[in-house]
Amino acid sequence: MESKFMGYRRENGRVGVRNHVIILPLDDLSNSACEAVANNVKGTMAIPHPYGRLQFGEDLELHFRTLIGTGCNPNVAAVIVIGIEPIWTDRIVKGIAKTGKPVAGFAIEKNGDFNTICAASKQAKEYMHQVSEYQRVECDVSELWVSTKCGESDTTSGIATNPTVGNAYDKLYENGNTILFGETTELTGGEHLVLERCANDQVRKDFQFFFDRYAKLVDDNKTNDLSDSQPTKGNIEGGLTTIEEKALGNIQKIGTKAPVVGALEKAVEPTGPGLWFQDSSSAAAEQVTLCAASGFVVHFFPTGQGNIIGNPILPVIKLCSNPRTLRTMSEHFDVDVSGLLRRDLNMDQAGDMLLEMMLRTANGRMTAAEVLGHREFVLTKIYESA
Amino acid sequence: MAIDFLVHEAADGVGVAVVEGLSAGQEITGWVMKEDETITIKLISDIPIGHKVALQDYAEGDTVIKYNTDIGKVVASIKKGEHLHVHNVKTKRW
Repeated sequence: MESKFMGYRRENGRVGVRNHVIILPLDDLSNSACEAVANNVKGTMAIPHPYGRLQFGEDLELHFRTLIGTGCNPNVAAVIVIGIEPIWTDRIVKGIAKTGKPVAGFAIEKNGDFNTICAASKQAKEYMHQVSEYQRVECDVSELWVSTKCGESDTTSGIATNPTVGNAYDKLYENGNTILFGETTELTGGEHLVLERCANDQVRKDFQFFFDRYAKLVDDNKTNDLSDSQPTKGNIEGGLTTIEEKALGNIQKIGTKAPVVGALEKAVEPTGPGLWFQDSSSAAAEQVTLCAASGFVVHFFPTGQGNIIGNPILPVIKLCSNPRTLRTMSEHFDVDVSGLLRRDLNMDQAGDMLLEMMLRTANGRMTAAEVLGHREFVLTKIYESA
Repeated sequence: MAIDFLVHEAADGVGVAVVEGLSAGQEITGWVMKEDETITIKLISDIPIGHKVALQDYAEGDTVIKYNTDIGKVVASIKKGEHLHVHNVKTKRW
């Protein structure tokens, strides 16, 4: 693997692979103004979402962590925050400002949409001029934070595509990268394998806490087979029969070498290199949104039946080995590892193909999801608003 | 030799079809990946791509092994060469 790539060095020292100016709403009410600003100022991107009002407790804390984390992500160069009122808006601004990057907040009450859009557009235009002059600089590959999640998995995911990520993860671990996996419910049936990989008793205890917490949620609310959500209809169509089989395929993504150095709460950043677990839903957009909010800059997304997810700020590299999926929806994939199923490729070669695409993506190649405009930004909601 | 199905390891009781159009009556070739061995089996069901074929007979209540690990319980008996899926195997969890 190459040891260097060209990235954006941010004010806090972290390295990004994109240079976005985002227009971030605090709440659902501010989506419209954010979209207007993004329309006025070309090159910026609004990130609308449906929440932010009357949340409380841990659910509200997660909302703040996710929005602040999104703004802090090194793939983001500058941020405009718009909220209905100034106090929570300012909380997001202050959280992002700790990185040192340009950020400004605008509140709609006492201004209305028109005045807010006007003021925010003027600021966004200045940011666009400023960040469009930022240059890529040589960075060490080990500075890339890489996350993963699989979606619309089938048996080819477990046999070929997920182990390809595992092979790449083994190499990234040895290279000193920060790497992450999650999908708590989709470890069911293989949780003992994750526990065996935990670096020490504290990590085991933390992982078990998150696993048991999710298992209780499932038990408290389940109907027949989780309402046919785990495995999904697509999983079953693809040949996966039980959650255990799905989980054992899922776990292939973490490879065989790296110990799990920590188990994190949702939208909390790792504090050092190595392989981290983060509690998350197994719904693709929710998990990838949490990865982006936790500071990850490149994402590996293996799929079997063809999950088409992207993220506004985190490039999602899609890989697949199922020949039918590759034939019928080829525009969605960045890496074809179907050769593994034909015995034309070995796992080491497949892992290297993925790492090569990681470097090309980090150097600026747009992923299929980016080119196709997939910007799924889905906040995890823990419970109802007040 | 062209591969029709894959088996993670020799301890597993199932193989996964990796080509389209496998039909009942066909003799198909599989690769046991961990041990790097080649095996053949005669199909008694059609097996869609990605779906599993039983490599042994199973009785109701038996455990199915894949990845050398328990992936669920048999709820209707299965013959060697037959399609093994949600109609005859269920999770032991939820």
